[in-house]
Amino acid sequence: MAFISSGYNPKKPMENRITDIGPRKYDEFYPPVIAKNKGKWLYHEILEPGILVHVGESGDKVYTIRVGGCRFMSVTHLREINEIADKYCDGYLRFTTRNNIEFMTDKEENVKPMKEDLLSRKFAGGSYKFPIGGTGAGVTNIVHTQGWIHCHTPATDASGTVKATMDVLFDQFTDMKLPAKLRVSMACCLNMCGAVHCSDIAILGYHRKPPMIDHEYIDKMCEIPLAIAACPTAAIKPTKIEIEGKELKTVSVKEEKCMFCGNCYTMCPSMPLADDVGDGIVLMAGGKISNRRDAPKFSKVVVAFIPNEQPRWPTMTATIKRMIEAYSKDANKYERLGQWAERIGWERFFEKCELEFTHHLIDDFRDPAYYTWRQTTNFKF
Amino acid sequence: MAKHETPLIDQLESGPWPSFVSDLKQEAESRAKNEKNIEYQIPQDCCDDLLGVLELSYKHGRTHWKHGGIVGVFGYGGGVIGRYCDQPEMFPGVAHFHTMRVSQPAGKYYTTKYIEDICDLWERRGSGLTNMHGATGDIIFLGTTTPQLEEVFWELGHNLNQDLGGSGSNLRTPSDCLGESRCEFACFDTQAICHDLTNEYQDELHRPAFPYKFKFKFDGCPNCCVAAIARSDLAFIGTWRDDIRIDQEAVKAYIGGEIPPNAGAHAGRDWGPFDIQKEVIDLCPTKCMRYEDGKLEINTPECTRCMHCINVMPRALRVGNDKGASLMVGAKAPILDGAQMATLLVPFIKVEPPYTEIKETVIEPIWDWWMEEGKNRERLGELIKREGMQKLLEVTGFKADPRMIQEPRSNPYVFWKADEVPGGFERDINEFRKFHQR
Repeated sequence: MAFISSGYNPKKPMENRITDIGPRKYDEFYPPVIAKNKGKWLYHEILEPGILVHVGESGDKVYTIRVGGCRFMSVTHLREINEIADKYCDGYLRFTTRNNIEFMTDKEENVKPMKEDLLSRKFAGGSYKFPIGGTGAGVTNIVHTQGWIHCHTPATDASGTVKATMDVLFDQFTDMKLPAKLRVSMACCLNMCGAVHCSDIAILGYHRKPPMIDHEYIDKMCEIPLAIAACPTAAIKPTKIEIEGKELKTVSVKEEKCMFCGNCYTMCPSMPLADDVGDGIVLMAGGKISNRRDAPKFSKVVVAFIPNEQPRWPTMTATIKRMIEAYSKDANKYERLGQWAERIGWERFFEKCELEFTHHLIDDFRDPAYYTWRQTTNFKF
Repeated sequence: MAKHETPLIDQLESGPWPSFVSDLKQEAESRAKNEKNIEYQIPQDCCDDLLGVLELSYKHGRTHWKHGGIVGVFGYGGGVIGRYCDQPEMFPGVAHFHTMRVSQPAGKYYTTKYIEDICDLWERRGSGLTNMHGATGDIIFLGTTTPQLEEVFWELGHNLNQDLGGSGSNLRTPSDCLGESRCEFACFDTQAICHDLTNEYQDELHRPAFPYKFKFKFDGCPNCCVAAIARSDLAFIGTWRDDIRIDQEAVKAYIGGEIPPNAGAHAGRDWGPFDIQKEVIDLCPTKCMRYEDGKLEINTPECTRCMHCINVMPRALRVGNDKGASLMVGAKAPILDGAQMATLLVPFIKVEPPYTEIKETVIEPIWDWWMEEGKNRERLGELIKREGMQKLLEVTGFKADPRMIQEPRSNPYVFWKADEVPGGFERDINEFRKFHQR
């Protein structure tokens, strides 16, 4: 492996340095039909699951085929995406805000062969490379995070939980038979990178044990006041400890005040908390971000704990499937999962989804917790 | 022959959804064969070792990445997420495995030429693995070594006219919905302003100068396809002030069953024939619509522009002509004091280049306040909670407006300023005692 210079001179690092040029300009990459009709679209239609047409004031049409993407992808896979875009789309493509891939063409005759081609491509293990879907009232791609592939604070894996879930929900990706669209998101810790706090169903990695403290190293590795300030429940305080006759500065964690958020570890490498049996999954439900009919909603915790059951998390996927089936059967047309749960009442939601209600689900975080309890006699038996 | 046995993650190769494990294996194989005779600048077997370390995490139920990692390129304070494996002897190919964030074009449109160029670069100088895309919007180059960071950055800047994205306590990479490029609902050019503000504030993006992270997102309408309302400190959400445009003939076509409702989004189930009363009029949140004598009417002043009727009948109803955006502030995830959705600050503002009013009356006054008053690692939303919405109005100069609240306060703990009260706060107890004995 011989080093090949790009032209960068490490002896003169600031020489010929280019900075602050930002991203490439979006319109360099517009397909001609998009450039021509931008801002002048009249309407759209979903022709079938995963296939859209947009019609412009000019009468021009652009057909879009949306396919599922893993988000995590290799250059080999990207080059195969390129090959398809070159073959059918004059070398243009785009990615969606949920990490699906969209192939666009203004040639209607390209749609059918492209569709057949996409569905014929499979990985060696048998999975589709480019499943078509993700439109309308169904389940689309799962917005997710790094997990065990790249992050240091996760309580579960992201790519694995997502693959396991999408396999179970696959027929909802390729069809449009739900009352409304259903967004599933995943975050591997409660930093909640992504959309877990505002999704119809959310998978959240969670710890259940307080951090361990690396007393010998903490004062060398950490800015102790930052670790203290990182705690939402003030469970951490500074202290001193004697090890081998030497007095060391460290912290103590009041276990009954710690709810295992892991934010102290984010700030301080000497407070790791990951654990094989302690860690697992929280499920949340009922969030949305659109303003359609009512305001955006946070997702609510509906399952306090499911163990990590890698590689396929069967309890988690079965629970998600059960929730979606109950929703699909019971909700009205256009009703998002959260709108349905609020209409029938959360007591009925737990009953219909066959979820156990435990004390963990009652809010106890500061003053706002009160507003989540029931100050009315209106409830259902 | 694979370098490591991976019985657990092998089980994620079956099933219909695209398997990241299969893809990772195909990249490992491609690097092993090296048909193009590439001089790989990081270990040729890095993908094998990533499979190995992932398998070990599946066995242990814990991550195998060490805490943190501080690496980067000269001139910038962010853009690269350093990462080191905690079993470097077992998996030397991923001993260093840093992520580089690459600033994406607004709307995420690409040509295959561009994708090919970044693949060539990343295959040679990195792992050949990516995330398309990170949740904030960046193209993610996943896995390289420290000595390659400057080399990748040099090639990006000199050969691809392409910069890094943001990380750290700064302005992160802005992102947008596809807007007017392919949507009839868009109320402003999301891509144009996303690109403009990204360039205007390059210094704030590359060199952390803030108390904590700050994000912009741009949604063309209240459907919020990029989730600005939940995932950005300053959210731009398109809206309009005049009448929804109604094509009465098209309304009749929907009622006659000639056009499927919601553009066919519910075609997978038989929901019965379209019923405009049940599916539109009765579901309108403000009940400002009626359909009588073959004519659809909307009482515009009562409409809150929720998009439902337009979403259901996109060929008959269009957003108004007097378009702009609502600006909302403070969304964040739970850490530290609870999740927040964005709060309405500016009900309506025109979104037209060069966006001077937005920059001078909203963005910069908010930054001036938060950069001075924000505590270490305090998001804007938390500062607003700590110092009050009134303080935000004071620093931006916007007048209090009932549109900014869901409901007025129910507690009477109202602060007044001394100059709002006749006589001020300076009083003499002896004067008071002249009329009120002890």
